[in-house]
Amino acid sequence: MENFNNLNEIQLSVISEIGNIGAGNAATSLASILADRVMMSVPELQIIDVSDMATILGGPENELAGILVNMKEDVQGMLLFLLDKEFVCMLINVLMDEDIKGFGDISELDMSAIMEIGNILAGSYISAISMMTNLNIGLSTPQIAIDMAGAILSYPAAQFGSMGDKLLFIEEDFLSGESKIKSHLLIMPELKSLQLIMESLGVC
Amino acid sequence: MGRLVVVGISDQQVAAPPDNLITYALGSCVGICLHDNLSRVSGLAHILLPESFVDSDRKEVYKFANTAIEELVRSMERKGCARIHLTAKIAGGANMFVTSGMSIGERNVDMVKKELRRLNIRLKAEDTGANYGRTVEFNTSDGSMTIKTAGKGHKVL
Repeated sequence: MENFNNLNEIQLSVISEIGNIGAGNAATSLASILADRVMMSVPELQIIDVSDMATILGGPENELAGILVNMKEDVQGMLLFLLDKEFVCMLINVLMDEDIKGFGDISELDMSAIMEIGNILAGSYISAISMMTNLNIGLSTPQIAIDMAGAILSYPAAQFGSMGDKLLFIEEDFLSGESKIKSHLLIMPELKSLQLIMESLGVC
Repeated sequence: MGRLVVVGISDQQVAAPPDNLITYALGSCVGICLHDNLSRVSGLAHILLPESFVDSDRKEVYKFANTAIEELVRSMERKGCARIHLTAKIAGGANMFVTSGMSIGERNVDMVKKELRRLNIRLKAEDTGANYGRTVEFNTSDGSMTIKTAGKGHKVL
């Protein structure tokens, strides 16, 4: 395995399954915080080109909140959650009892609430991987950037530029009342770590 | 009306009036605008990383500062530019997330400047660093570079 371009079918379905369990955990924890006002659909795993990523996210200039969490200890790499304006506003409005409409209205306090959501989401995915593999995975404090999609994506693109131009990417729908909001998660384990995960699961 | 020539990531294009150049949402990447004041031929390169460590194939040349700028100069020379007339304006190299040590953005900007010095191209203006994304539009007629940001205003250099 030299890069994500040449993962085989079995490896892909393993990653998909990790995504499924992670998303299930995430939905459960989010629902408890948001008092059952959020549901999640089955996540969809894709492997895509860095340059197509911005298009999927609504164009390079579309403003998003990017929450970055680094994985450490047994598994090295990063998770990057990319959340739409609608989703971020909904989370803040429910959590903080506010009525904000856009990124311009977000306060420092709101930012830390979003970071905490990032923490919870990342923890949900990581505990899925840990439980399945028995590996010990630590998480860094989340960092947040609210900016153009293309600019946020330059970070993973540059960090993993030497590993080929493909990214592992999970798309999920959050359902809240009548509205359906898409969220995206980029998973970027270092290749060595991905190999270790596969070995721990008995997949080669 | 001229066209607006879009430059992607790890990409570069050459244009002349009435066409103009644009590249969207530079984060840690750097956009390098080269302009020949006489012929008005202009070039824009969007680089992702400072330097390549392996012998890369042709496609990869545009990805790295230490190979892309020289390639852009060559393409512009083929369109009738004289290297001696070229000046540069650069933007990008932001640090979108806090990293330990020197960020990719800073390293990109450093390498771009080093390359410009090596190629004897004068750097006329820059808008680099900080922690926000930039869209860069280059006007080939007057050599001005317009920076657009999300919530941090516009500026013309």
